[in-house]
Amino acid sequence: MNAARIRQKIAFLVLAIATLLIVIPILLTIFYIVKNGISAVTWTFITQSPRNGMKEGGIFPAIVGTIVLVIGTMLFSLPVGVLSAIYLVEYAKDNFFTRLVKLSVVNLSGIPSIIYGLFGFTLFVLLMKLGTSILAGSLTLAIMSLPVIITATKEALESVPFSFREISFSLGATKWQTIRYCVLPYAIPGILTGTVLSLSRAAGETAPILFTVAAFYLPRLPRSVFDQVMALPYHLYTISTQVPNMPMELSFATGFVLIALVFIMNLVSIILRAHYRKKKLW
Amino acid sequence: MVNFMVSLSNPMEIETTIETKNLNLYYGDFRALNDVNIKIPGRNVTAIIGPSGCGKSTLLRCFNRMNDLTENAKVQGKIIIEGNNILELETDLIFLRKKVGMVFQRPNVFDLSIYNNLKFGLRIHRMLSDKDHIMQAIQSGLEQVNLWQELKDKLRKNARSLTLEQQQRLCIARVIILKPDIILLDEPCSALDPIATLRIEELLRILRQQYTLVIVTHNMQQAARVSDYTGFMYLGQLIEFGETNQIFTNPGEKLTENYISGYFG
Repeated sequence: MNAARIRQKIAFLVLAIATLLIVIPILLTIFYIVKNGISAVTWTFITQSPRNGMKEGGIFPAIVGTIVLVIGTMLFSLPVGVLSAIYLVEYAKDNFFTRLVKLSVVNLSGIPSIIYGLFGFTLFVLLMKLGTSILAGSLTLAIMSLPVIITATKEALESVPFSFREISFSLGATKWQTIRYCVLPYAIPGILTGTVLSLSRAAGETAPILFTVAAFYLPRLPRSVFDQVMALPYHLYTISTQVPNMPMELSFATGFVLIALVFIMNLVSIILRAHYRKKKLW
Repeated sequence: MVNFMVSLSNPMEIETTIETKNLNLYYGDFRALNDVNIKIPGRNVTAIIGPSGCGKSTLLRCFNRMNDLTENAKVQGKIIIEGNNILELETDLIFLRKKVGMVFQRPNVFDLSIYNNLKFGLRIHRMLSDKDHIMQAIQSGLEQVNLWQELKDKLRKNARSLTLEQQQRLCIARVIILKPDIILLDEPCSALDPIATLRIEELLRILRQQYTLVIVTHNMQQAARVSDYTGFMYLGQLIEFGETNQIFTNPGEKLTENYISGYFG
């Protein structure tokens, strides 16, 4: 074997190992959580409220709380994110203001989540007098999710070939008709991927909801958007650190449910993507 | 500059559809069109020939203001189509592009069914709402490009599954269905094989009875075969314009003669 082929083999090996290194932590995490937690994941655990200082019973209110927060986050961040990305890509002229907005979006995604938590607390909870509520928490999580949704939507729109727009304009379509019929249908898979990614992150965040919505112990379901809720990540944090003599399985089981929830969201997005690819909306 | 009308045998009978007056176009500092004055007669095929980068596509894209999409393009002068200077600010681009259709180099059908490809224009212009009328329009559009017999049973098939020639015909039908006066064709055969090219040319000769066709081509034989009038462009200037026969057999300018006899290009 000559030197070039040996080097080629080494390169291949290094690349393969690097790729494997990505998979191992994910598999180990899932394995560890499932192994330690699966015994505690029962029907009662999923459908009942916590009892006896959260050491018994289930996590139903926290599951509902997280689902409500994810939906609330989506309601605020999806329209704002997608519409602003459309504006940035299709309408905005390349000037100082546009560059400033684009720079802000990039920087927004680098802000630590606890800062979003503090920001949401001062703006929504105190200044706008929403109190610690689903509304305040959703808005905080929505602001945190915006940069990812905007960036993903922007990239999805920019990846639609210019020729698609060209045909549409040449047939006399307006800018909006062109976007609506010739650009958006092709960008939807990319937009979905970005949205689910950012919502998965919102579902798992503790810091932004810490001061804005999360309840330590609230064994009932929310009645309005001004109620507090329990949420899975915060519940996991409290039972792991704040409650003495907590059975380990319960923490792992809570983690398992959270991961399962995120997994289901990803699954839905895959199904939706396949659906839109086939139908193209119109 | 030569006086173009002198070279036309019977100037009185020919109705001018597109006329440019001192048309200049700049991409930033680059002058892509240099004082172009052209009078394109109606109900004929006019070919614009010239070497790559001479501005022939740029000129064509002026006629339906597609250059507006290019960010740093600046146009000066006048383009008069049916009595109106389309470079005026108040020009209705939607109406203009409906009247002046365009067929591109690559057969750029939408990734949709044949039916929806044709319906697109009707839909954006809110031309027809009744299903039967839409079907009639689609049928007549496909008939005009000789596709109806082949495709009438598979209108729901994705247009991308057609052959390139069929796709390009579909693109022409998609323009025709909007009832344009002028159809601009930007090297419409460059993605097609020679046989398909000949068949498209045949189609153009039929269509010229109803529409004013302007075709940009780098293929001189094609210009000679298909067109009634030919304009030769070089470095952004319209060097010569006249009847195709005259341009190819007895060009008035040395540059034209050198180009069509293959000295450069």
